[in-house]
Amino acid sequence: MKRDIILAGVGGQGILSIAAAIGMAALDSGLHLKQAEVHGMSQRGGDVSSNLRIADYEIASDLIPFGQADLIISVEPMESLRYLPYLSESGWLITNTKPFVNISNYPPIEELMKEITSFEKHVALDADELAKGLGSARSANMVVLGAATPYLEIPAEKIREAIRKIFSRKGDDVIKLNVDAFEAGYGFAAGQPG
Amino acid sequence: MPVNRDFHRFVLFSKSLNFISMAKLMLLGDEAIAQAAIDAGISGIYAYPGTPSTEITEFVINSRQAKEGEIHARWSVNEKTAMEAALGMSYAGKRAMVCMKHVGLNVAADAFVNSAITGANGGLIVVAADDPSMHSSQNEQDSRFYGKFAMLPVLEPSNQQEAYDMVLYGFDLSEKLGTPVLLRITTRLAHSRSGVMRMPVRDQNVVKLPANLRQFILLPAIARKQYKTLIAKQHDFEAMSETGGFNQLIAGTDQSLGIITTGIAYNYLMENYPDRRVPFPILKIGQYPLPKSIVEKIYTQCNSLLILEEGYPVVEEMLRGFMNNGKIIHGRLDGTVPFDGELNPNIVAVALGLNNTRGREVPPVVVGRPPSLCKGCPHIYSYNALNQALETWSKGRVFSDIGCYTLGALEPFNAINSCVDMGASITMAKGAADAGLNPAVAVIGDSTFTHSGITGLIDCVNDNSAVTILILDNETTGMTGGQESAALGRIESICIGVGVDPNHIITLNPSPKYHEENLSAIKRELDYQGVSVIVPRRECIQTATRNLKLAKKVKAE
Ligand SMILES: Cc1ncc(C[n+]2csc(CCOP(=O)(O)OP(=O)(O)O)c2C)c(N)n1
Ligand code: SF4
Repeated sequence: MKRDIILAGVGGQGILSIAAAIGMAALDSGLHLKQAEVHGMSQRGGDVSSNLRIADYEIASDLIPFGQADLIISVEPMESLRYLPYLSESGWLITNTKPFVNISNYPPIEELMKEITSFEKHVALDADELAKGLGSARSANMVVLGAATPYLEIPAEKIREAIRKIFSRKGDDVIKLNVDAFEAGYGFAAGQPG
Repeated sequence: MPVNRDFHRFVLFSKSLNFISMAKLMLLGDEAIAQAAIDAGISGIYAYPGTPSTEITEFVINSRQAKEGEIHARWSVNEKTAMEAALGMSYAGKRAMVCMKHVGLNVAADAFVNSAITGANGGLIVVAADDPSMHSSQNEQDSRFYGKFAMLPVLEPSNQQEAYDMVLYGFDLSEKLGTPVLLRITTRLAHSRSGVMRMPVRDQNVVKLPANLRQFILLPAIARKQYKTLIAKQHDFEAMSETGGFNQLIAGTDQSLGIITTGIAYNYLMENYPDRRVPFPILKIGQYPLPKSIVEKIYTQCNSLLILEEGYPVVEEMLRGFMNNGKIIHGRLDGTVPFDGELNPNIVAVALGLNNTRGREVPPVVVGRPPSLCKGCPHIYSYNALNQALETWSKGRVFSDIGCYTLGALEPFNAINSCVDMGASITMAKGAADAGLNPAVAVIGDSTFTHSGITGLIDCVNDNSAVTILILDNETTGMTGGQESAALGRIESICIGVGVDPNHIITLNPSPKYHEENLSAIKRELDYQGVSVIVPRRECIQTATRNLKLAKKVKAE
């Protein structure tokens, strides 16, 4: 078993906490893990990505080869498309549809959606809207994580546990908000034809 | 945009992962090096921040274990002072580590190269973090050249565990042979996380001066002797490369090709063989100088060689020789591997003639999203005022430097015309002023100013050069995540101290509300035919937010 995952977003959108949750759940399941992160310059409102690799055997490269990622998980629609050369033919594209517009030439969302929906295996949801509905706009990343979970080959319960652990020091309210956000995304994806 | 939140979560991530996996820690390459240094019994870590090396020192600064051991962990003013302080600690018999990004080694080079001649007393490891593909650097220079230049042993790990192990080994090597050791890593290893097993913690050394109290006096007569000692040690260095265990010859059945990998290139090779069985003999290099007898084995065994190096073709060039009249050698020099940029599994697949995969191309609708200054960043308002002040002059007069404010090169500012090396803004403006460019402007950050700007300012003062120098004081080292700035609260007094006329040292508040005031101050100083220093001062938004949160937390507790 292996799951090669590209995490994508804009600096500050919290892709590393998605990585943290999946990573923790993977380790808890006795899997191997490598995760290449982006630090430094690209965090100032620029595009950021992370290569997360989990497998039941020892992983060689820190970087995922082109054409071999099993999932792209993106917290921003345009960013979900930036890493397509990495996605394998059988891979899933999972993305938030809420644009993060901090550049003047941001393309029309319809054009982005046309590209996204051209993938048979895609999950697209407005994670910001769902998170806001739950009263925690900042948990959009956990909604996206929820939407990706059916395709991770890690039991959802392990991911839930990881979220609880990650936010454990922030108190029960924060834990609940994040787990609820996760459930919203998970429920959405589970209702999709897969 | 917020660097902060990710940073915070990243710390959280490390902590929680550390907690749950008892046997193995999930560490960044940088963190593995830091933990290893603590476990190896260092008494001090010295560094100036720089991507991708910053997290090493940050980890030690935040480590409770380091605090309990009273390990000296604080940022130095630049890489040269860091290197020298570490050498001083080594002189005193204790173990020290010094960390920097690759270009930092240029700054520390004088001390570094000469430390090879003095040798070390307490164990001394210099970590240089290279950045092939220039993810956040001006060039992709390969620090292994510095190792060879200084004639020092170099260690180059292929993964996080090896990074950890090599630090322990490196301190042993350093103390056994009385030499500094260079540990060379690259961005991918520095910023990638994987499982690391720790070793038992060692005690720190006690103060013990070198047996020969003249060892560190590089007067020519002594230096000549010391140099001969260094030359004699080369044999030992090579012997250690043969036996140290980090250079491994792995047998293969198909000897039409032999593959030599250095550092993390090995992983990209292995990635191309899912069963991890490579038909060709492999020499996996992790320690230099190159182990001659092992290299000879693969060279004579195989009909041709492929060299895979993350960085410049260092090994490849050595094996080819100038005349290139030996075996057929493939690599970066013959185009089998692109000359520049970091490696990846696909580049290696192509080099081996293996199946190369690629998903759909990026659709043209996707546009670039360059990094930008944070909303409300003080630099924005400094540039707005400067741009307007310069409107009446022809373009191309602003020499800048390295930091967040380098983003002033991009839209919508287009405010600067140079960014070369830390400190170069002031000195380049001086040279251009000497050439007759008037006004000539320098824009430099507070941390860059203390790193390498003060010396250039003295040159300006001595020459009474007509330069207008803006020291953008956001009271932190913003670019690398908000480390302490060496001259916090003392910029103006430093300028007065080195002889700038106090009437031409102007402090501004870079906020929209003071725009007109700032504009006229800058205009006035542009007209002044001497050295002016303008200090726009307002705290970085990121550190201000972070400090506010901390203050709230402290209050709550
Ligand atoms: C020799 C060298 N050392 C370190 C770096 C990494 N580096 C680039 S900018 C910077 C900090 C700049 O801080 P400051 O001048 O205060 O500007 P700010 O980012 O806060 O605007 C550092 C450490 C480098 N590029 N070169
Ligand atoms: S100086 Fe601070 S506020 Fe400005 S861009 Fe850098 S991190 Fe952001």
